[in-house]
Amino acid sequence: MTQSSANGISSPAAAARGTTSPIKLLLKGRAFFALIAIIIVFSFLSPNYLTVSNVLIMSSHVAIYGILAIGMLVVILSGGIDLSVGSILALCGVIAGALMQGVELKPLGVILFPPVWAVVVLTCALGALLGALNGILIALFRVPAFVTTLGVMYMARGIALLMTNGLTYNNLAGRPDLGNTGFDWLGFNRLFGVPISVLVLAALAVLTGLMLSRSSFGRWLYASGGNENAADLSGVPVKRVKITVYTLSGILSAIAGLVLSSQLTSAGPTAGTTYELTAIAAVVIGGAALTGGRGTVRGTMLGAFVIGFLSDGLVIIGVSSYWQTVFTGAVIVLAVLMNTIQYGARGIRQ
Amino acid sequence: MSDAATSRPAGEVVLAARNIAKSYNGVKALKGVNFDIHRGQVTTLFGENGAGKSTLMKILSGVAQPTSGEIVLDGQPIVFSSSTDARNHGISIIHQELSLAPNLSVRDNIFMGREITGPTGVDYAEEERQVRRLLAELEEDIDPLTPVEELRLGQQQIVEIARALSVDSRILIMDEPTSALSATEVEVLFSVIRDLTAKGVSIVYISHHLEEALQITDHAVVLRDGNMTAYAPRADIDLEWIVRNMVGENYDLGSPPTGHDFGPIMLSVRDLTVPDPAGGGYNVVDRMSLDVRAGEIVCIYGLMGAGRTELLETVAGKLSATSGEIALEGKEISHLAIGERIARGLALVPEDRQRYGLVQTMSVGQNLSLASIREFTRGVFTSLRLERALIQKSIRNVTVKTDGPDVAIGSLSGGNQQKVVIGKMLATDPKVILLDEPSRGIDIGAKAEVFRILAHHAAAGQAVVFTTSEVNECLSIAHRIIIMRRGRISAEFTSDITKEKIMAASGEAVAA
Ligand SMILES: Nc1ncnc2c1ncn2[C@@H]1O[C@H](COP(=O)(O)OP(=O)(O)OP(=O)(O)O)[C@@H](O)[C@H]1O
Ligand SMILES: [Mg+2]
Repeated sequence: MTQSSANGISSPAAAARGTTSPIKLLLKGRAFFALIAIIIVFSFLSPNYLTVSNVLIMSSHVAIYGILAIGMLVVILSGGIDLSVGSILALCGVIAGALMQGVELKPLGVILFPPVWAVVVLTCALGALLGALNGILIALFRVPAFVTTLGVMYMARGIALLMTNGLTYNNLAGRPDLGNTGFDWLGFNRLFGVPISVLVLAALAVLTGLMLSRSSFGRWLYASGGNENAADLSGVPVKRVKITVYTLSGILSAIAGLVLSSQLTSAGPTAGTTYELTAIAAVVIGGAALTGGRGTVRGTMLGAFVIGFLSDGLVIIGVSSYWQTVFTGAVIVLAVLMNTIQYGARGIRQ
Repeated sequence: MSDAATSRPAGEVVLAARNIAKSYNGVKALKGVNFDIHRGQVTTLFGENGAGKSTLMKILSGVAQPTSGEIVLDGQPIVFSSSTDARNHGISIIHQELSLAPNLSVRDNIFMGREITGPTGVDYAEEERQVRRLLAELEEDIDPLTPVEELRLGQQQIVEIARALSVDSRILIMDEPTSALSATEVEVLFSVIRDLTAKGVSIVYISHHLEEALQITDHAVVLRDGNMTAYAPRADIDLEWIVRNMVGENYDLGSPPTGHDFGPIMLSVRDLTVPDPAGGGYNVVDRMSLDVRAGEIVCIYGLMGAGRTELLETVAGKLSATSGEIALEGKEISHLAIGERIARGLALVPEDRQRYGLVQTMSVGQNLSLASIREFTRGVFTSLRLERALIQKSIRNVTVKTDGPDVAIGSLSGGNQQKVVIGKMLATDPKVILLDEPSRGIDIGAKAEVFRILAHHAAAGQAVVFTTSEVNECLSIAHRIIIMRRGRISAEFTSDITKEKIMAASGEAVAA
């Protein structure tokens, strides 16, 4: 693959130079135009669709996928894949739920109720740990990413089920006398009328965007995903880059888990099932290459909004959830088709 | 050009390009070229990097489509829809950049896409028999079942050649088939070519090794900036003619830079032993020691498999040694990662630019700055301004022919891609520069430039070590010539030695 790719590629940069033609412009901004089209169609079908309150609600749903998709993007840019994000989300949610219920220290005969900030920190640390486990197995022990994260996906889900016996923690409100209230802040509160979850997503997107485009780590990441061997010989710490991206993905899954359980005011072990696939879909719709080295946060965000606004729109106009699945699938196939056209089908020679 | 065409000697034209033009995003790679291929003869195509040689060959073999103009096969205009289509018309091509699947075996690569099938599926035994026969013809000892990624670059090139030969085509295009081959391997290839032409096969041959190409050519065509500038039969041409038409002036590879004293020992290798990375159970570098002083240019000459690449890769930190010491400016560096070695001033320009040199998803500029990211990082963020400056400086330093730093690396011609790899490592401002076959695929002008750059760096007090398979390159610029054979130094010479002595010391049969 690396050997043949130099021949006959119509490269993105070359395509970008000729943006004068409307077809190329359409192709380049496809996720953006898809989003606009979705918004226009649904506004016609339902008067409630394009209202400020509905857009904000839909955006708070997008926040979950969006946060996961940012983590997935950095992993995919490195040339890997992370199937464990949905399960890490669930396990972190459950752990947060358990911490909110209080931790009983048997030998001391006391129950500890950690404050919310401590719950958040511990949960993120757990996410980071699981992500780092993925990263170490992949980078240092050379287990393929697909297999490693598939394994961690099962393990995290299993542990979440074991901890709760399959049940859900319902009361996450905390008690004022214990000083651990405020968990619902993430999911329900608003700042200047915008849900906190959406602000969290925006902040993470901006930070990641800056990291990718302006930090040396970002450059390392694109290089290791584009050609690991060449990056290595140019002095890029490829292993460190890999461990870091999986760790980041783990932390972002934990954040998504906190946001989701806060929105639902409950934490269940089956939360986030198949979310890893939604996150991958968002990244792909956003124009990233699954082979690594190509993709942007902006594209991925558009991808997440396309998926979220499409499925919520279908709910609003009353289309069955089965059809939603069919539509999402069609959008993904279309997106990959466009990727192939943009990056040139000849990249892989016959 | 048309009067040149009428005065061509006998040898019926089998395939011809008529007024072929090709643009990529408005950039004209070919500007109306006429080109004839004669039955049973070797036509050689000369030209600078980026002149359009590969582009023309891709069009003649159906890999790329011309923007205008036509292809004439046996007197009939024809359009090739794909390379498979062209292959079915008896035209096959050996690509400049190898196009093998690294994970597949030699046998599967050679028969990729046209497997021999029998009643029970693919007839592997028959395929293997044919591969063995081909490799024997090329006098190469490669097991057909070895995965291609385990082969040396030169062996991969042999596989690429074997694949083209296995097709039994009438017209065989060879785009720099010998850039990674040793002199002996080239001799074998030439005798294969002579057999083929005797059977009526027509050959197009492209090479930047001009003397070598002159041995085999029947007609020479020179391309310059997408135009055909000269045509002549073998009898009318010599080296000077080619160079004059290619670049308009004559080039000299230069001589070892003098007028400066050698400084202290910059690189010191002691008793280095490196096992075969492919797990062959022997040592590719065997208790080797070497000192290089500041300001000195050392050339390492040897046959394929002598251990040159492995030696350089171990010094740079890609391979690890089982024993021995590597010191940079007197400080041991064996324990350091590649990045730390670069930061201390040790740079390696790898041999295989596609696999180890370039990141294909990145632009020309990003490739040039890849090894010096720390140089333009201020705090957390990279400085776009400093990066631009660094890239512009590199582009000028190694004279890359590009439409600007933002174009995709894959759109550069082969030689210009090579210059990007060299420029990337020079941008790290190294104290010791290791270059593995730096002249691979670059034209004579660029070669002279690369050597001028190396001489300049040496004069500025840097230590330069490079490997080559061309004796002339050693003789032209190195202060010291080291011959490697089976992982050891078999001889050491100063630059006043003769070509024959070098070749004899390397274990090479001296060409008659
Ligand atoms: N896929 C492509 N996209 C854009 N430009 C291209 C592409 N392929 C070739 N070019 C341009 O066409 C010109 C001719 O390139 P070509 O590869 O034919 O040169 P060449 O004569 O084979 O050079 P070399 O000796 O370096 O191999 C160059 O300027 C190159 O940048
Ligand atoms: Mg070429």
